[in-house]
Amino acid sequence: MSLLLSAAERTTRVLATESPATPLPTGDYLTASGSLELLWLLVALPLAGAAVLLLGGKRTNSWGPYVAIGACGAAFLYGLVAFTALLGLEDRTAQTTLYSWVPVNQLQVDFGLLLDPLSATFVLLITGVGFLIHVYSLGYMAHDPRRRLFFAYLNLFVAAMLVLVLGDSYLALFLGWEGVGLASYLLISFWFYVPAYATAAKKAFIMNRVGDVGLLIAIFLMFASLGTTQFSGVFEQAELLTAGTATAIGLMLLLGACGKSGQFPLHTWLPDAMAGPTPVSALIHAATMVTAGVYLIARSLPLYEVSDTARLVVGIIGAITLVIGAVIGCVYDDIKKVLAYSTVSQIGYMFLAVAIPGAAAVAILHLLTHGFFKACMFLSAGSVMHGMNDQVDMRRFGGLRKEMPVTFACMTAGYLAIIGFPLFAGFFSKDLIIEHALDQGGVRGWAFGLTGIVIAGVTGFYMTRMMIMTFFGPRRWTEDVHPHESPAVMTVPMIVLAVGSVISGFVLVHVADLQSFLAPVVGSEESDHVLEPIVVTVIVTAVSALGVFLAYLQYAKKPVPTTAPVAVSALTVAARRNLYFDSLNESVLMRPGQYLTRALVFVDNRGIDGAVHGLAAGIGGGSGRLRRWQNGFVRSYALSMFGGAALVVAALLVMRLGA
Amino acid sequence: MSDTPWLTILMVVPLVGALVVAALPKGRDLLAKQVALLTSLVVLALTIVMCAAFEPTGDRFQFAQAYDWIPAFGVQYAVGVDGIALVLIALTAVLVPVVLLASWYDADPEAESTAGVARGAAARTMDSDQAHATSPDIGPLVESAARSGGATAVLERPAQDAANPATVPPAEPARRRSVKTFFALLLVLETMMIGVFAATDVFLFYVFFEAMLIPMYFLIGSYGGPRRSYAAVKFLLYSLVGGLLMLAAVIGLYVVSASQGEGTFAFEQLTELEISTPVQIALFSGFFIAFAIKAPLFPFHTWLPDAGAEAPVGGAVLLVGILDKVGTFGFLRYCLPLFPEASRILGPYVIVLCVIGILYGALLAMGQKDLKRLVSYTSVAHFGFIGLGVFAFTSQAQTGAVLYMVNHGLSTGALFLVIGFLIVRGRSRMTADYSGVANVAPILAGTFLIAGLSSLALPGLSTFISEFLVLIGTYTRYPVAAVLSALGIILAALYILLAYQRTMQGPLRLPSHLGERMRDLNLREVLAVAPLLALMIFLGFYPKPLTDVITPAVDATMQDAGVSDPEPTQGRAAAPTR
Repeated sequence: MSLLLSAAERTTRVLATESPATPLPTGDYLTASGSLELLWLLVALPLAGAAVLLLGGKRTNSWGPYVAIGACGAAFLYGLVAFTALLGLEDRTAQTTLYSWVPVNQLQVDFGLLLDPLSATFVLLITGVGFLIHVYSLGYMAHDPRRRLFFAYLNLFVAAMLVLVLGDSYLALFLGWEGVGLASYLLISFWFYVPAYATAAKKAFIMNRVGDVGLLIAIFLMFASLGTTQFSGVFEQAELLTAGTATAIGLMLLLGACGKSGQFPLHTWLPDAMAGPTPVSALIHAATMVTAGVYLIARSLPLYEVSDTARLVVGIIGAITLVIGAVIGCVYDDIKKVLAYSTVSQIGYMFLAVAIPGAAAVAILHLLTHGFFKACMFLSAGSVMHGMNDQVDMRRFGGLRKEMPVTFACMTAGYLAIIGFPLFAGFFSKDLIIEHALDQGGVRGWAFGLTGIVIAGVTGFYMTRMMIMTFFGPRRWTEDVHPHESPAVMTVPMIVLAVGSVISGFVLVHVADLQSFLAPVVGSEESDHVLEPIVVTVIVTAVSALGVFLAYLQYAKKPVPTTAPVAVSALTVAARRNLYFDSLNESVLMRPGQYLTRALVFVDNRGIDGAVHGLAAGIGGGSGRLRRWQNGFVRSYALSMFGGAALVVAALLVMRLGA
Repeated sequence: MSDTPWLTILMVVPLVGALVVAALPKGRDLLAKQVALLTSLVVLALTIVMCAAFEPTGDRFQFAQAYDWIPAFGVQYAVGVDGIALVLIALTAVLVPVVLLASWYDADPEAESTAGVARGAAARTMDSDQAHATSPDIGPLVESAARSGGATAVLERPAQDAANPATVPPAEPARRRSVKTFFALLLVLETMMIGVFAATDVFLFYVFFEAMLIPMYFLIGSYGGPRRSYAAVKFLLYSLVGGLLMLAAVIGLYVVSASQGEGTFAFEQLTELEISTPVQIALFSGFFIAFAIKAPLFPFHTWLPDAGAEAPVGGAVLLVGILDKVGTFGFLRYCLPLFPEASRILGPYVIVLCVIGILYGALLAMGQKDLKRLVSYTSVAHFGFIGLGVFAFTSQAQTGAVLYMVNHGLSTGALFLVIGFLIVRGRSRMTADYSGVANVAPILAGTFLIAGLSSLALPGLSTFISEFLVLIGTYTRYPVAAVLSALGIILAALYILLAYQRTMQGPLRLPSHLGERMRDLNLREVLAVAPLLALMIFLGFYPKPLTDVITPAVDATMQDAGVSDPEPTQGRAAAPTR
């Protein structure tokens, strides 16, 4: 308890020593020089890796994966160099324009890269975690005949993700945005011969596209109102936007963020995306890509500054998703799906935080710690599956801690981090989010703060459930499995991430002071505390402990059946069916869409084309009838001449009479 | 350099090549193919040299030439290119060799299996060539022209339901088709296509516009699928109706010019005319309907799925990739500058048609069971985007529209080619006959995916730039239309990924004659499709070479039409009234 107190005090002190308020950036970026001029190398390295593997064909089968790992590792090393160089700069921004990309009169989009504290942080996360997961995949995919392609797609993903965070315009961001979407599609459907996996990949792509349309419309709005899509131009003029336009842009950006980050109402693709190989789930669908939405909003804060409405909606979406993810996470028996819903829920925390004025840095802090502990847990889950013939049903696990001690230890580190066990990574970041949420005061503060606190308890529940069902209790294995620990090539990356799960929170808050580092990009604000930080810490920890205790009672004290019980509450039934979001999607969009398509095909064939055929038939028929008049009989010609003459006379008479 | 009659040379070279090919003795099929390919490569090389000589900031029409043709009516042989025509001619020059290479065995499929002993194969087909020396299927045309009831007879729906044509037989053994005629027709078509873009005399344009139909009619009617006669006649009748309306409008233009001085067909003089609004609307409509049929815009589109599905793959690529562009090119070159007032008045209505076309084409594409019809319907949606860009009246949207014409040619061309490769193997056009092709033919599946991604405008591929420009340019003037059209990009993802999933992913199931094996793309096929994919990626990251020549031409068009870009509504550049 004394440790806990001292940590809380430290937190308070750090907050107190912060400068009162840092303004948001105004788009004034300095040109890169020195080693930062080579910023494009960061993207080029993994891209070249992907190109070599894809174009090289089968002859790269044996050494290709090492090229991919090398490319990602080199990018990480250069990322470190760039990071160090950035620290040495006064303004801590370095921008480099590579070439004129889309130049049409007023619309001038330059392809350029921007390294600042925010993007530099992401670069290290992406290349660092990316490198570890590349290495892990060497073991995980060792027996897959198509592993060359797997590594090529991984490299493609890293390159696209780096474009996303380094691009200096919304259009460049969008290029990376869809690039990671493509990589995600390719990797989810990596085992494309399984129809369900192909469907999951398609679903992910389509739902992301819905979000992408939002992002595109936001870009259109920026161009129509400000005449530019470069970050510098947009942020510089952000204050000149009317509140209405800013709200519209903010909401459209949010739509994009919801698609990519699996937030309500576009969240249902993320659990299905677990069809991809587990390293993919760890890298793309937990640590990096799905947090791109948080990046987008953090990057666009100068726009949200103009519209409190848009900001509030971001927070509300975050809070809703936080609840949905956690509730559904409590009932699934598929270990990867539990982790997936947990990701959905944790990103909800980030959305909630990024919407709080001055707390965006805390959202990024949670993003980083989450990157460590969730990647660690996914890789551990992958290690479990590796030893259990790729089974994912936790009801068929149990008692694995003895067979897989290293995996168990790593998973435990991640587990303690996510439930916010004192001094583990999540403890710092989650506490700070709840604290800032409460500090907003008023209804908003209490609503967001209490949601965060309650869900901390639910998180404790479902994560403990997963741990107990997997590693403790009796063995409920199917007969054919022989669980074993994974090879070092897999466990070493897990251990590195486990260490991160333990220390990253403490380091980023008390040693590296991430919040001050990020303040020039995302701003910071000092506000009065509604509750003393120490009180918040105690409450959150107590609620989490309660969740853990309830799960202990439910799953450790009672036997776990090998099939899911049927007699359960209505909420559980609903949660098992994803709270009916998929059914809703199917009945409101998919079915009517299919009917509409079929109806239109019919209309096109019978209606529009039918009209054309009708016209042709009419002309043909009419000509046929006309032809019958030309029968060659003088008497009938005489008759028609007479008829015509009579008509003319009659017409003349009518005209006369009328006049 | 500027004295070189580049455009005339470009038109003459393929024509000479066609004559040589046609004059070759029977049985020299391989030689005919080689000559045709060589000719098209020469045209490509010449085009590249010409493009290098083009000065983006120079005169509006470059490489211009004008000679009197029919002096009594002021008709001239006048050619010249602006940036818009230039890029479309370049597209033509790129696509023709690609099509020739990809269609190498399309006229004589049996030769492919014996390609190793090509001479022997050529010798064997010799007899049959003589038997049907000039057997293009002109029957329906003659009949329809001769009999008054012909249209009905020909347009009567064949017994097979359009949505479910039976599987395509590979080639009817009883009917051998002349190989060299096929290649000669493609080269003649190239001449016509270059001519139609190069003409700066409206009458000359009209002549090329109509003459283009002839080689395409024979390509569809003689070398197409089982319902080729129906499709060819439908294509011809549709086009002729449009052409007739345009002819009336061309004559009308001449009358107007004659009433205001000397009668002329020269484009630049015609743009100077003062035409009253009602006359503008009438003449605009004549041109517009002709172009809307050609493009085709909704609701003039129903000939395209039939023609696109029945045409041989190479013909389909040129039909959708280039011939149809004449329609959208015509909007930009003729409708807007000649009838500015009518364009401004009717523009919003056209935009409504385009938005409907985008969504309608995409939904219909989703409902197709025939791969070639699917691609044809995606083109209806894409032409909606192009029309939207033209009539949005902003330089971004119009530059995007021109870029779209080029990119659509590349991406749909690639898509048609890959589907053609699949059909050659599986002898069926139906989605339902394939599953899990990626299991056995990963390169084929990969190229299908890239071509498909380009069709759904994935950033990084050139189609994205054009779609983005069209939408962002439209947004500044018609936000609602832009937002509705943007929904089309979700539908595009659906129809492409659905088709990909149905045919390429999932467990392996192939048409029965293939069993468990399917040949992956061979070197010739890769060589045909790779340049298109490479261009798509290159132009996706670096479209500047194209935008540099297109934008000045678009600016000139905007000036002719009397419109300028809207200014940003807020921010520093906004009007000071805020």
